[in-house]
Amino acid sequence: MSTDTFDEPAAGGQGAPEANRKRRNFLVGATATIGGVGAIGAAVPFVRSWLPSARARAAGAPVTLDISKLRPGEILGPIPAWRGKPVFVVKRDEAAVERLKAENDSLADENSENLEMQPDYARNPWRSKRPDIGVYLGLCTHLGCSPKYHGVIRPEPFDPNWQGGFFCPCHGSRFDLAGRVVKAVPAPDNLEVPPYRFVSDTVIVIGEDEETA
Amino acid sequence: MQQSQGRFATNLRSFVGWLDDRFPATETWEYHLSKYYAPRNHNFWYLMGWLATFILVLQLVTGIWLTMSYVPSGEGAFASVEYIMRDVEFGWLLRYLHSTGASAFFVIVYLHMFRGLMYGSYRKPRELLWLIGMAIYLALMAEGFFGYLLPWGNMSYWGAQVIVSLVGAIPFVGPDLMEWLRGDYLMSDITLNRFFALHVVALPLILVGLVFVHFIALHHVGSTAPDGVDIKKFKDAAGKPLDGVPFWPYTVTHDVHATVVFLFLFCAVVFFAPEMGGYFLEKPNFEMADPLKTPEHIAPVWYYTPFYAMLRAATFPLFGVPAKFWGLVVMVGAIVIPAFLPWLDKSPVAPMRFKGAISKAMLAIFVVSFFILGYLGMVPPSPLATVLAQICTVLYFAYFVLMPWYTRAEKTRPVPERVA
Repeated sequence: MSTDTFDEPAAGGQGAPEANRKRRNFLVGATATIGGVGAIGAAVPFVRSWLPSARARAAGAPVTLDISKLRPGEILGPIPAWRGKPVFVVKRDEAAVERLKAENDSLADENSENLEMQPDYARNPWRSKRPDIGVYLGLCTHLGCSPKYHGVIRPEPFDPNWQGGFFCPCHGSRFDLAGRVVKAVPAPDNLEVPPYRFVSDTVIVIGEDEETA
Repeated sequence: MQQSQGRFATNLRSFVGWLDDRFPATETWEYHLSKYYAPRNHNFWYLMGWLATFILVLQLVTGIWLTMSYVPSGEGAFASVEYIMRDVEFGWLLRYLHSTGASAFFVIVYLHMFRGLMYGSYRKPRELLWLIGMAIYLALMAEGFFGYLLPWGNMSYWGAQVIVSLVGAIPFVGPDLMEWLRGDYLMSDITLNRFFALHVVALPLILVGLVFVHFIALHHVGSTAPDGVDIKKFKDAAGKPLDGVPFWPYTVTHDVHATVVFLFLFCAVVFFAPEMGGYFLEKPNFEMADPLKTPEHIAPVWYYTPFYAMLRAATFPLFGVPAKFWGLVVMVGAIVIPAFLPWLDKSPVAPMRFKGAISKAMLAIFVVSFFILGYLGMVPPSPLATVLAQICTVLYFAYFVLMPWYTRAEKTRPVPERVA
């Protein structure tokens, strides 16, 4: 057999008969399409392997807390409670609850209009099930720093009319005692409220509520 | 004696001949080194490419050695860095070389990029060379970011948390994307493990590949000269550029000399100021990562601060989209916009020295803004700092966005034909 019986394949199948060229183009197109679909399929395991693993999901199980020793004005936390994220449990006195009820147009989302930031049972002026107990995720909605609790009413360097709440040292975002964000700070949303439920008056489970339990 | 030397030379020649029949050894040597010509008037600014390559090798070698003692886990990482610092023979030196090398890499790369702005190195036919360089810069920023988490100090942790949270500002997909990047609901040792893999395997491979392509592109189009002379225009009878010198041995000698001077400065930092007053190694990082406690003041390492300042400069929502998304847009825009330079510069001449007064002023304003932003990114936010950052952000972008107009409007001087 001599090699000169083979023709040099020309680009785009030119030189081949018309019917043959169409057939070749079709075969090349079909092979490339199927190959492309296969490549996308093969990428799926690599992309999905970056999602939280079963272990990470299990570590995010609900946490039970005893709040019997928490006194008005005090805060429990930040504690790793919901999916390992820092959670604040704050106890408010009567006066603080009354202040939260009063209309306040310095807040960006006073009435919890953004439904993603809290379960429905926390869509009220104190953003919690019980007015005296507030449960908030201790991560600033700006870039995820952990805000600090400043519970006392007194002039603070960041706000001379401070009425108590949370202050994020990273970029200066401020939140009231119900975790509602003040206008014109970097954080766009109120502090998130995790799902939680009361087992008794003094025991709270964070990470699940009556609906998800 | 004479005879044995002769025999050695003959043997060497026959070995090279044997090699050349099987591998393009001489061809490659000549194409990239002994017959690759650089303009004979290359100055200080043209040392940066060589120095950057030198640091890349330094980072690869010290990095490989550090992985031999480093433990990429939430419990082990911080302790293993202390182990490297205290117990591993010369571990402190390897680590300080690597951490100082990271800062030095960015110093050199910023100078290298400034050279590009000053001499129009991005212009035709070097557009692709410039774009490959921009890709290297992006890969380098990613490499630095992933590496910064590895010591698992408190600044590592919260710095990474803030930067990953930026992704969360993307509308709709942000929060899910953030979870996907971290592999967890918060920064955890799962994140640490994958950042380790990216820092020591994926990005070094990408970087080395890109640097290789950068060389290939450079050797195809050749270096610019400070005065814009094209050395390929005038050649002698043998085809050698009259205004060029072969890379080997002339440029190499020059570059090795520069490396020694660089190492003097570099080692002074490594031995006497490896923390650089908290700018190279930040103070809160001497405390282990604590997911419940944010350091009082978060600032990225100095080489990211200009972009961090621009991120913070976006303080008002626009078109119903929150400010933090615009911050991300401004920051990414600022990092990427130099890639468009080849098509923004409409001047008839490449080097800054022959351009007009407006170009020179704009470049000066750009550099000053970049420095001010770099400073502002390090200090805590205040109303004054925010306004200043907003002004400097506008000036930074003005350099690029207005370039098609001011480079056309101004008077330029002609570029000489030959090196004087």
